Amino acid sequence: MLDLIQSLGAGTLNAVATLGRALLHLIQTVLAIGEPIRKFSLLNQQLFASGVKTLSIILVSGLFVGMVLALQGYNTLVRFGAEESLGVVVAFTLVRELGPVVTGLLFAGRAGSAMTAEIGLMKSTEQLSGLEMMAIDPYRRIFAPRLLAGFIALPLLAAMFSAVGVLGGHLVGVELLGVDAGAYWSQMQSAVSFKADVLNGLIKAVVFGLVVNWIAIFQGADCVPTPEGVASATTGTVVKSSLAVLGLDFLLTAVMFSV
Amino acid sequence: MNSRTIELTVGFFMLLFLAAMFILAMKVSNLASLTGTDGYKVTAYFENIGGLKPRAPVSASGVRVGQVSKIEYDPETFRARVTLNIDKDYAEFPLDTIASIYTAGLLGEQYIGLDPGGDIEYLTDGGEFEITQSALVLERLIGRVLVDQ
Amino acid sequence: MSDQNTTLVKIRDLHFSRGSKTIFSGLNADIPQGGITTILGPSGTGKTTLLKLIGGQLKPSAGGIEVDGQQVAKLSRRDLYALRKRMGMLFQSGALLTDLNVFDNVAFPLREHTELPESLIHKLVLMRLHAVGLRGARDLMPAELSGGMARRAALARALVMDPMMIMYDEPFTGQDPISLGVLLELISTVNSALGLTSIIVSHDLAEALSISHHVVVISEGKVVEAGTPEQLQNSSSDWVQQFLNGRSDGPVPFQLKAPDYGQDLATTEARLDA
Repeated sequence: MLDLIQSLGAGTLNAVATLGRALLHLIQTVLAIGEPIRKFSLLNQQLFASGVKTLSIILVSGLFVGMVLALQGYNTLVRFGAEESLGVVVAFTLVRELGPVVTGLLFAGRAGSAMTAEIGLMKSTEQLSGLEMMAIDPYRRIFAPRLLAGFIALPLLAAMFSAVGVLGGHLVGVELLGVDAGAYWSQMQSAVSFKADVLNGLIKAVVFGLVVNWIAIFQGADCVPTPEGVASATTGTVVKSSLAVLGLDFLLTAVMFSV
Repeated sequence: MNSRTIELTVGFFMLLFLAAMFILAMKVSNLASLTGTDGYKVTAYFENIGGLKPRAPVSASGVRVGQVSKIEYDPETFRARVTLNIDKDYAEFPLDTIASIYTAGLLGEQYIGLDPGGDIEYLTDGGEFEITQSALVLERLIGRVLVDQ
Repeated sequence: MSDQNTTLVKIRDLHFSRGSKTIFSGLNADIPQGGITTILGPSGTGKTTLLKLIGGQLKPSAGGIEVDGQQVAKLSRRDLYALRKRMGMLFQSGALLTDLNVFDNVAFPLREHTELPESLIHKLVLMRLHAVGLRGARDLMPAELSGGMARRAALARALVMDPMMIMYDEPFTGQDPISLGVLLELISTVNSALGLTSIIVSHDLAEALSISHHVVVISEGKVVEAGTPEQLQNSSSDWVQQFLNGRSDGPVPFQLKAPDYGQDLATTEARLDA
């Protein structure tokens, strides 16, 4: 019993210490954010690595999620003779929830894990130490550009996901199931508010962008510099950022849409 | 991968984002209709608004002419005061136009339908609909049918 | 050689521990300017840690290291980075940036730290690559290089900023005889041609001794012996003799500390019987 309590205590201390290191790491990274802003090519490279390389999976998933939403939504709505509202259902689900959340999860799996693996590898092959000894600050050269680029890329991807999803819904709902195209779009337009729905959805994506990239970069920089260490840090990034995205989504939804 | 290709693809990425935002703003949400806020406001009092919500469409003969901008309860008349924002393109509604709350489909959302009367003067900004017809509330309807028998 | 004026790195009463493990307890050493100094010691004595302490990547818990008259641990970030520009460090793996080719790797410090025109950078990089014999490998990616070639490329990168000293971390580990010969030759010619100070950390005795002017032997957190390679050969310390000649038993026992052998066997039997 005492052993159990002891291990609980040790676990807690460990978690607090890790959180502290992560916070310090974030602060130092944010302080170095001027570098990628000054040197645009650094930012550009990372936008390519985290944004462009994630684009295809986002577009394809967005299309399919939108199509499935239309299919399922239609089956439910048609019972009440309300299939005209299909556009509203699809748009609300995508813009408020699935756009930012699924993008966050996919981003963590694609770009986040790649980022952790890359930084972990740089650590285990002494590249980070090497940079420091060449008098180049890894926070400026490595971490800050990645944080900024990921932070920018995720909301952009989320917007694309939602837009493609709505088009996918149109494809299934209007072209396949025969919902009136005018009703699909006009009901959507009258129900969805740009400020309350689209912008709030993007704010969610901005928050996820910060958290997922923070976790990914810290996991890489804090990993045990061995092949096993890098592997487990990469898995850790996906698990931790997925949990963070889902948990934060609940909080944000409660704050934004509960009224 | 040289820097030119990277810059190009990132550029395309940004264009794609702009396209997505355009769809979200103009097609999905009401930003397009909000830009037409230079309409005029007319109020209408209803005994019961049923499930009417702000931003619900206002239509005449099925054509969308504006939207509900505000709904509040007026404690003096004990009625609901609904403010309609009507597009300035449709500026010629006679004073005795009837504003009614209808339901799209059996359980669909509610909207306000305008049935123009024959007055020679038109409603202007800040005006008020003289004749209104409240929402059809299902329970009341059933109650009335039972009483009539 | 041990003249005060020509000492580049002064290590005084250095204490350092990692967690509960003490790595250095009162280490004192002088590294003279303008020669090759080898730091020898068994695995796990913290030789690499010592290089990181000299480079300011780690901070000692007590005592200090003075490089070119500056206390490394007390420098501000700006001054430390200025000092590091004058130090080169060669990591075991080479630590080349994996997403850049050899040429860009060598050009990297120049592009980061200077505003030199690209044509000049091109010339400087080719000169360094020529010096290490890798001019023909300029377009290769680090993953395509052998271990020895990666170290040579890393040496070119360390040299490109014209440092006053270079630290080598285990440069001879895992090399075939030819690339070993190349590295030995390179380290010693680079050192004399450019008038550098070189610090080599190694446990490869013969190779290290063959090119160094000064040797420091550390064990268990302290300096055991320091001097020229010849002085070391004639050392009276049993420990140094065991280390130099690679005897399996001596002051460092073959058997780790354990209970008496016979007794140990007997208790095992007793435990099984019970």
